[in-house]
Amino acid sequence: MSSNLLKTPKDRGRAGDKIFSGVSLGAGILILVILFSVAMFLVVQASPVFTADPETVTGGEGFAAYIFPIVVGTVIAAAIALLIATPVGILVALFISHYAPRRLARIFGYVVDLLAAIPSVIYGAWGYLVLAPQMSTIFTWLAENLGWIPIFAGPASQTGKTILTAGIVLAVMVIPIITSLSREIFLQTPNLHEEAALAMGATRWEMVRMAVLPFARPGIVSATMLGLGRALGETMAVALVLSPGLLSASLISSGNQTIAAEIALNFPEAFGLRLSELIAAGLVLFVITLIVNMIARLIISRSKEFSGAN
Amino acid sequence: MAVDQSIQRRQSQLTRGKLPSYAVWVVLAAAVILGAALSSLIGFSVAGWAVISAIVFVIGATLVTAVAEGGRKATDRLVTYLVYGAFILALIPLISVLWTVLERGLPGLSYNFFFTSMNGITGAIDNQTVEDGTPVLGGAYHAIIGTLQITFWATLISVPIGLLTAVYLVEYGQGKSLTRAITFFVDVMTGIPSIVAGLFAAALFALLFGPGTRMGFVASVALSVLMIPVVVRATEEMLKIVPNELREASYALGVRKWRTITRVVIPTAISGIASGVTLSIARVIGETAPILVTAGFATSINWSAFSGWMSSLPTYIYYQILTPTSPTSPDPSTQRAWAAALLLIVMVMILNLAARFIAGLFAPKTSR
Amino acid sequence: MSKRIDVKDLNVYYSKFLAVEDVNINIEARSVTAFIGPSGCGKSTFLRTLNRMHEVIPGARVEGEVLLDGDNLYDSAVDPVTVRGQIGMVFQRPNPFPTMSIRDNVLAGVKLNNKRISKSDADALVEKSLRGANLWNEVKDRLGRPGSGLSGGQQQRLCIARAIAVSPQVILMDEPCSALDPISTLAIEDLINELKADYTVVIVTHNMQQAARVSDRTAFFNIAGTGKPGKLIEYDDTTTIFNKPSMKATEDYVSGRFG
Repeated sequence: MSSNLLKTPKDRGRAGDKIFSGVSLGAGILILVILFSVAMFLVVQASPVFTADPETVTGGEGFAAYIFPIVVGTVIAAAIALLIATPVGILVALFISHYAPRRLARIFGYVVDLLAAIPSVIYGAWGYLVLAPQMSTIFTWLAENLGWIPIFAGPASQTGKTILTAGIVLAVMVIPIITSLSREIFLQTPNLHEEAALAMGATRWEMVRMAVLPFARPGIVSATMLGLGRALGETMAVALVLSPGLLSASLISSGNQTIAAEIALNFPEAFGLRLSELIAAGLVLFVITLIVNMIARLIISRSKEFSGAN
Repeated sequence: MAVDQSIQRRQSQLTRGKLPSYAVWVVLAAAVILGAALSSLIGFSVAGWAVISAIVFVIGATLVTAVAEGGRKATDRLVTYLVYGAFILALIPLISVLWTVLERGLPGLSYNFFFTSMNGITGAIDNQTVEDGTPVLGGAYHAIIGTLQITFWATLISVPIGLLTAVYLVEYGQGKSLTRAITFFVDVMTGIPSIVAGLFAAALFALLFGPGTRMGFVASVALSVLMIPVVVRATEEMLKIVPNELREASYALGVRKWRTITRVVIPTAISGIASGVTLSIARVIGETAPILVTAGFATSINWSAFSGWMSSLPTYIYYQILTPTSPTSPDPSTQRAWAAALLLIVMVMILNLAARFIAGLFAPKTSR
Repeated sequence: MSKRIDVKDLNVYYSKFLAVEDVNINIEARSVTAFIGPSGCGKSTFLRTLNRMHEVIPGARVEGEVLLDGDNLYDSAVDPVTVRGQIGMVFQRPNPFPTMSIRDNVLAGVKLNNKRISKSDADALVEKSLRGANLWNEVKDRLGRPGSGLSGGQQQRLCIARAIAVSPQVILMDEPCSALDPISTLAIEDLINELKADYTVVIVTHNMQQAARVSDRTAFFNIAGTGKPGKLIEYDDTTTIFNKPSMKATEDYVSGRFG
């Protein structure tokens, strides 16, 4: 068979294929390396804090005692943000996809996408200079009238720079994200399902409940989780809006702190063990957001099996 | 004739049991009056009036509908009001943000702002400015330069890596376990908090060049960690929608796979890829936290991303607000911060619009 | 400029699934051979093994030999890219490259392989290929326009021009008319008749009248049931297949009793 004319004398051209597939494989592996090294570098740089004498750690009682309050603070701020942003974000998405007049809906869609892209430092600046002063009067009223509820216990912050304000700023930031993602999912609802529901005499809400929401549920969950991830990891809005302090149940007096803001506020001057502390805090934040993302993915893959969406 | 008339006179069967359209307005009027009364009980304010009226209206309209048209219609109406209400509620803070930035940022957009740095601008100068009422001195030139350099290097790192990874995922790795691993970890990367990305870059360069290494390029590396997954995602989506028929057509002409990818597949998807890359730039250009911990802060122009601290627009805003140049009269600093915020928003908007424009511009040629 | 194909004991697999079993067939040079048979009988799959296009699908592989004028396509030292340069293919749906003009579409095989070609040579090749595909007169004034702006039938002829521009020995056509209207179909059928003067043409078709109109020889493929492999049942002169086939299944199929 040596006379086979189809055999190419040299490997002309095949090299190109090999190089290109090799390079793109390399890029993919590089991403894995990057992520692995993110984790590794954080662990290496954070490790001194775990072995250090507890008294030398900020607060004097070891790393766990140092990190616990700010983890709780992070969770509180993110919880406030999601409590507000999830229902509002989803309803706004529904408004844009199914309730608003067609022509306006397109414009609103653009606007929401733009709002989702506004840098967080600008929301922070707005919270610091505009929202916080407004909130202080509301906080005073809450402390006077609902002060018996622990979360509204006085004394109310006079500057309005509290964890509730930070939570609201986070909510304002997260709403466009949740809206933008859910709107996309809502628009993908099969028209046939919607028309089938309407043809059965369903009202608009019944149509939304029967055809749109079941189809969109995994998408809504993932949008919410993405919002949660953003709220947990958001730095600037909190760093600017919250005047930090010790962990406290009251949402309307100054106090509490989040991990991200703690890092941003202290990193520029940090060195030695303090630096390790902050990097360890970053590692904790990384793990928390990782878990949130994993749960989201789990929920999505579960509900995909049942939603009947193809 | 007689039959016809009787049909005309009789109310349509289809509108029977339906509220007349003016009913809503009646309820609204009642709600506004009641809202005024209730809000004056707890100390009148326009905001309180509006909120209470809205609540009363929604409850009232739902009840009236429930009585006249039944529960299903009432639920439908309630949800409709909630949806509209949520929209208005969400609009208030967002409009407030945009309005604030516009209103306070516009006066600050001067020649000084664009073309001078903060070099030599001290608290004393700001105090003098406020006393004399002269235009604010000092600007964001150094921050603009810094932002452009940091973003440029981040793009230069992220786009090749992201693009090639997407090519691997779509064109080479279908069905392989490595593909699943990469897809999974790209998802994980999407969720990395920006400050953690900053810490990573800081920690990496601290190991390589000693602790406290801060320069523009470290920030670029941090931003790349945030940017790569966005580029991968966007490119992957776009490559996936390139019809397989085009690849087959190319193979059938005796074209090699890598040429098919670079000459047929990528050109077909280029509009979507370019628009995705532009959006990813828009996403990282406003990042503050990673730059804070990697590039430090500067008041003067630094033309090199590879040595010395560097300022950027987001960190400029942050420091101007949090630590005003003159603590006693922060107004000039606040004005500079808002001007920078406006500039940053405009940049992000231009990038977003550019992404849409690009998507249209390079779109595959169709008809005529 | 035309070569014969001989297939010996060919089995086609998708991973473990045997899709086409034990095909032996000899296809003459400068002739039109039609593959007919019910949906899913493996005729398209088999066609794609003739220029190693089936390898594009992950997991697809073959056993046996396909000889192009005696040279085995599946010899381990043979590069599939070389094979496809000699055996062109036209697909079910017209698929001109959307980013390219009509002219660039015709030149795609040359340009995508980065072969250097002078402008006058390129012009000559474009005209020759488009004339060969009976499209020249319709598009000669708008060669710079996008190929996707043509009608479906014109697009398919553009794809044929693109295939013949790389001067192959064999042209494979996978149901080339199934997405076209009757008039465009007629134009393609006329073209196939002209092509056989220079090329070996193999065409898969659903349409028995089409097979009867255009082909010299016809191969009938059938499948025993879902999950079973497709088989070559009968291969003969087209007139024999349609008038007095030797197999019962063939007769049933061509007389419209099933399929």
